[in-house]
Amino acid sequence: MTVAGWAALVALGVFHGVNPAMGWLFAVARGLQEGSQRALLLSLPPIAAGHLASVGLVAALVVATRSVTTSTALAVAGGLVLVGFGLWRLLSARHFRWAGMRLSSAQLAAWSFLMSSAHGAGLMLLPVLLVDPPGATAGHAAHPAGAPVGALTGLGAAAVHTVAMFAAALALALTVHRVLGLGVLRRAWFNVDRLWAAVLMVAGLVTLIHA
Amino acid sequence: MTRWTPDPTFHPSPRDAANAPPEKLAYVAAFDRGARRPDAIVVLDTDPDSADYGQVVGWTDLPHRGDELHHFGWNACSSALCPTAPHPHVERRYLIVPGLRSSRINVLDTRPDPRQPRVVKVIGPEELAKRAGYSRPHTVHCGPDGIYLSALGGADGAEGPGGIAILDHTTFEVRGAWEADRGPQFLAYDVWWHLTQDVLVTSEWGTPSMIEDGIVGELLLARRYGHAIHFWDLATRRHVQRVDLGDQYQMPLELRPAHDPRRSHGFVGVVINVEDLSASVWLWHRDGDRWAVTKVIEIPAEPADPARLPELLKPFGAVPPLVTDIDLSVDDRFLYVSCWGTGELRQYDVSDPFHPVQTGSVRLGGIVARTPHPAAPDQPLSGGPQMVEVSRDGRRVYVSNSLYGAWDDQFYPDGVGAWLAKLDVDPQAGGLTADLRFFPHGEQFRGLRVHQTRLQGGDASSDSYCFP
Repeated sequence: MTVAGWAALVALGVFHGVNPAMGWLFAVARGLQEGSQRALLLSLPPIAAGHLASVGLVAALVVATRSVTTSTALAVAGGLVLVGFGLWRLLSARHFRWAGMRLSSAQLAAWSFLMSSAHGAGLMLLPVLLVDPPGATAGHAAHPAGAPVGALTGLGAAAVHTVAMFAAALALALTVHRVLGLGVLRRAWFNVDRLWAAVLMVAGLVTLIHA
Repeated sequence: MTRWTPDPTFHPSPRDAANAPPEKLAYVAAFDRGARRPDAIVVLDTDPDSADYGQVVGWTDLPHRGDELHHFGWNACSSALCPTAPHPHVERRYLIVPGLRSSRINVLDTRPDPRQPRVVKVIGPEELAKRAGYSRPHTVHCGPDGIYLSALGGADGAEGPGGIAILDHTTFEVRGAWEADRGPQFLAYDVWWHLTQDVLVTSEWGTPSMIEDGIVGELLLARRYGHAIHFWDLATRRHVQRVDLGDQYQMPLELRPAHDPRRSHGFVGVVINVEDLSASVWLWHRDGDRWAVTKVIEIPAEPADPARLPELLKPFGAVPPLVTDIDLSVDDRFLYVSCWGTGELRQYDVSDPFHPVQTGSVRLGGIVARTPHPAAPDQPLSGGPQMVEVSRDGRRVYVSNSLYGAWDDQFYPDGVGAWLAKLDVDPQAGGLTADLRFFPHGEQFRGLRVHQTRLQGGDASSDSYCFP
């Protein structure tokens, strides 16, 4: 993984973290409902864990698959999936459905996993994960068995991404909770969904061009 | 249809909603009792700086006849900001308008001209029956995961059970019945919730045959109308608890939970106590891990000369208050109670919900009193304050005078007429004063009767909030 690759993972992590639909807003709501900042802080780790699971699953699959198929075929397929998913996110009017609001930590993690998966958070990392030729990472080149090591790299990528996501969500949740207040939502909550869909499609196109 | 920034009429908290600019228009459900002409959504000008203030400025006939409009609601509201499934960039734009008698659901678009809503979709009774198994749709609430629509009757002529149908947020198609397990619930009427606490509440009126040809005296005296409210788990869609008020307390109707999502209480109005014709308002609240109700307001019947009473009431020699609607201000401070029989709107300070303090009263109409509106002091009024709607900032209260076609005819047999009034509120001290400039009535409504009012941008009974 190159420095640019890691930087991209962090940047996408921040992008995911600031999206209110990915969990920081839920953490703020829980904090306000309970009247305690502690409730807010305790909500974020399960949310991050759910995000990690969603992103990590995609990353591990991609990196593992790459060792058994040609990278070009994978990149083309991945790019097409991304563009298609982005288009679907842009055009579909369907809303994520989740009925309950009083969730245990495990349910909160499950909510986050589903929310991240439904939004294609992991897919968005595809161009970063695919840009790295198999086995080329320094220190891993000597290993004969590519798949397990590749999967570990993928999980490392997911972890770095999630740490960035967690930091961004934490910063935003605390800022809104302590300083800005929720009134800011009405002005500043621009339509992330459209931007999100656009980023998905750009990621797909980048992947296809590099394929 | 999505926006780049959240719909400006969505508010994270009740406090934000109360600070929003005042409504400029009101939408009123109007129906023709004889079903000779179509029902309509009527648009009133509520901007005091407008030349047309207090006048009908828009009129949309529905495509069919005989709907009997009653309650209606918005496609989306502040609950769109709720964090589990946020979709803040949809628009509060469509009015979902059920026909209580026809079981037809009309969808009106308030864009591009909010004064001339257009009918964009009609869902027939057969779709509600086939998909959800219900008929006689009533209350509409914009939920975070769909539009909730209560219904009084079952499908294909079945009396019940009534229940809740879910409509799709965007297509408005009927998705199905909401209940996974309805327990002992059979009668239905109103529905609302404590959204952040995963609690849904329903109330009870009667089955179609118990209401559609008028109130049935024998059934009432036999205490067969609803007298319980039900609590449900909003997440699992299961019945949790039935709380019986006592079978003398007939017809607990409108449910008004606190708007502050941290509070776990609400109010329900009861039409009549068959033992003494009084009406009452009850508070629901938590009691350990169960729900309980406490009667917090009781309004006695007023003695009257039987000669001046309709047939139904002659034997009793008294006018029952008939509390048929209540409404709670967005800041949860004032509760408004409609006494449709005696012709009075009362205001209570419910800062301490267990101990309401009456702070205001306005008399209009009434079965015996026929109190005129101060803007037309020579004109006795029929009907009484019935549907009551409170503006977001709590400064203005709108009342309309019809209850329900067949019941209007029983309690006001010489004609219920049609009028709306607006009352100004002192939000600090309380108190109600009729606005002399706002009294649309009579011919303005072209022979139709007026029921629920919805305010542009949301009102006290339309929105739920996920943040305190």
